[in-house]
Amino acid sequence: MIRYYFWLSLKSIKGNPWLSALMVLAIALGIGAFMTTYTVFHYMSGDPIPHKSDKLFTVQLDNWAPDSAWDDENNRPPPHLTYRDSHFLAESKEATYQTAFFSVIMAAQPENPDIKPLRAQGLVTYSDFFPMFEPKFLYGSAWTRRDDQQRNRVIVLSKDMNERVFGGENSVGKYFRLNDHEYKIVGVLDDFAPRPKYYDLVNSQDFGDTEDFYLPFTLNDFLKLRPAGNNSCWKPLPTASYEGYLESDCVWINMWVQLEDEDHKQQYQQFIDNYVIDQKNLGRFPRPLNNQITDVMDWLEVREVVTDDTHIQLWLSGAFLIVCLLNTVGLMLAKFLKKSGDVGVRRALGASRAQIFYQHLIESATLGIVGAILGLALAWLGLLMVRSFSPDIAVLTHLDFKLSLFAFAVAIITSLISGLYPTWRICQITPARQLKSQ
Amino acid sequence: MLKMNGLSKVYRTHLVETHALREFSITVDEGEFVAVTGPSGSGKTTFLNIAGLLEEHTEGSYQLDGIELTGLSDRKRSALRNEKLGFIFQGFNLIPDLNLFDNVDVPLRYRGFSAKERKQRIETSLEQVGLASRMKHFPSELSGGQQQRVAIARALAGEPKLLLADEPTGNLDSNMARGVMELLESINANGTTIIMVTHDPELAARTRRNVHVIDGQVTDLRTVFNNDNVERTAETA
Repeated sequence: MIRYYFWLSLKSIKGNPWLSALMVLAIALGIGAFMTTYTVFHYMSGDPIPHKSDKLFTVQLDNWAPDSAWDDENNRPPPHLTYRDSHFLAESKEATYQTAFFSVIMAAQPENPDIKPLRAQGLVTYSDFFPMFEPKFLYGSAWTRRDDQQRNRVIVLSKDMNERVFGGENSVGKYFRLNDHEYKIVGVLDDFAPRPKYYDLVNSQDFGDTEDFYLPFTLNDFLKLRPAGNNSCWKPLPTASYEGYLESDCVWINMWVQLEDEDHKQQYQQFIDNYVIDQKNLGRFPRPLNNQITDVMDWLEVREVVTDDTHIQLWLSGAFLIVCLLNTVGLMLAKFLKKSGDVGVRRALGASRAQIFYQHLIESATLGIVGAILGLALAWLGLLMVRSFSPDIAVLTHLDFKLSLFAFAVAIITSLISGLYPTWRICQITPARQLKSQ
Repeated sequence: MLKMNGLSKVYRTHLVETHALREFSITVDEGEFVAVTGPSGSGKTTFLNIAGLLEEHTEGSYQLDGIELTGLSDRKRSALRNEKLGFIFQGFNLIPDLNLFDNVDVPLRYRGFSAKERKQRIETSLEQVGLASRMKHFPSELSGGQQQRVAIARALAGEPKLLLADEPTGNLDSNMARGVMELLESINANGTTIIMVTHDPELAARTRRNVHVIDGQVTDLRTVFNNDNVERTAETA
């Protein structure tokens, strides 16, 4: 019978093309507007590492000034750590994995004279960065903890950098020159672009590109690298030297750990609290104890990755979808009631209320399918406009297969919902009255 | 075939109660051709609607082909309507968007016949009313008489036991009306029970039995033995 109902719905649509077109347009406009904003929202609010986002934690220690908090309103410590503290925590091995890192900008100097030196942005980090954030490797692998300890001059390149400098070939074992120092390439990443870029939300754009290269943190003493990102100090440096900078209470280093469960989290919290209490005895950390470890999704919320504007837009587009659906309800009611005579005949000829209900529900779904196709086209156009007006969030405007399926489901479910009342009404008609009035 | 006993139908609004049928009792045997006559508003159509399971009665009992219908679900009533009853309306009530083939197909679809059987039944019933050659035509392309023939074909396709006709010739000129009546007579001759509501005394006189309804009650029940020499036995309900 479903095929018969579908055939009837196509006939009904063809028999009343203008009213049907208005309904399809109403559904399509609602779906188009909703999916445009929902797509952006989906990427902004999505879990960038769903299988372990509850195991990765950023660490904050409150080493800020005694008389003014870093964040009065939310009582949060600075998002970054000092070199001393991050170095200590990264070396402690109290978590399953732990890494400190900061961004640097350096000059890449390809051996090939045909390729001009490049400005490259990198991350100075520990080997644990790779098993924690799980970028996939195209060639080779990450450096090891032993490389960290032995301060080996190794490097991991991004796929993009490898393509630019080595034409995309396997460069593992070759050397890569940065700021006049050579590093042995141990691995080349495959595409690695978590959206949002959760592990570095302070220094990077939330949806910015990932790094061109990764260097061992333990080389920092030797390289004397200055961070390319935020650097905040609440008191002057003890000495005006690089060593003074490393000894200072300036914060500029991200710290992440992987903890396996709640017990592990509590143990780690105790560990960092004990560390800070020890440091207080040395005259540091003048503020009350306020150390925080925050998992990925909470961290996205703390950093307000999804802006209030985005929330408002989503609500507005949702409201617009509802308005469109209410219009569809009205139009569908008019269309169905116009055919109440036919329904009376069908009832007289043996159709049960349930059969009439399914017939009209399938007509609603058919309109929903057509509306969904048009709505997807409108959403695609809408996202194209977002892309041209806001290039910085262009990466959030990709309507992929899953989202397209979601749009289809939304269109069909909403058109079924909007068809419920008209369908229920048409099922309530008294066939005898309709037959007499025909 | 049909047995109603002490049937009543009351339409209620918050202001008024209207008794469309009261203490309505009638028995129609298999193979009969019964004409139901009476003035407008007497309850003829209400009787036909209840007989056709299009409305439920308020009180009393109703048996169709031995099945008690009081309290049946909509699904069961619909299935019975589809299987045992055929309808012919004054306004033909064909579905304008469907061609003749698809119009006749409607009750067969709800019956769950296979495509092959439906096709065979549709062709047979359209042949029976002389419209097999026009099965791809739409109702608007036919005359009133032809449309009524299609409606008869649609009613016959499911081989109903009881055919209910509400003023089947009311919208037709006398020539066409005669043709439709002859068709109904031949259907009855083949064994199908027919109950026909009509205002036309001439048509009523052509049936085997005439039931007169006034104020929702059967007031006169006569059997016509011979159409030329009207010898009637009066039975008062």
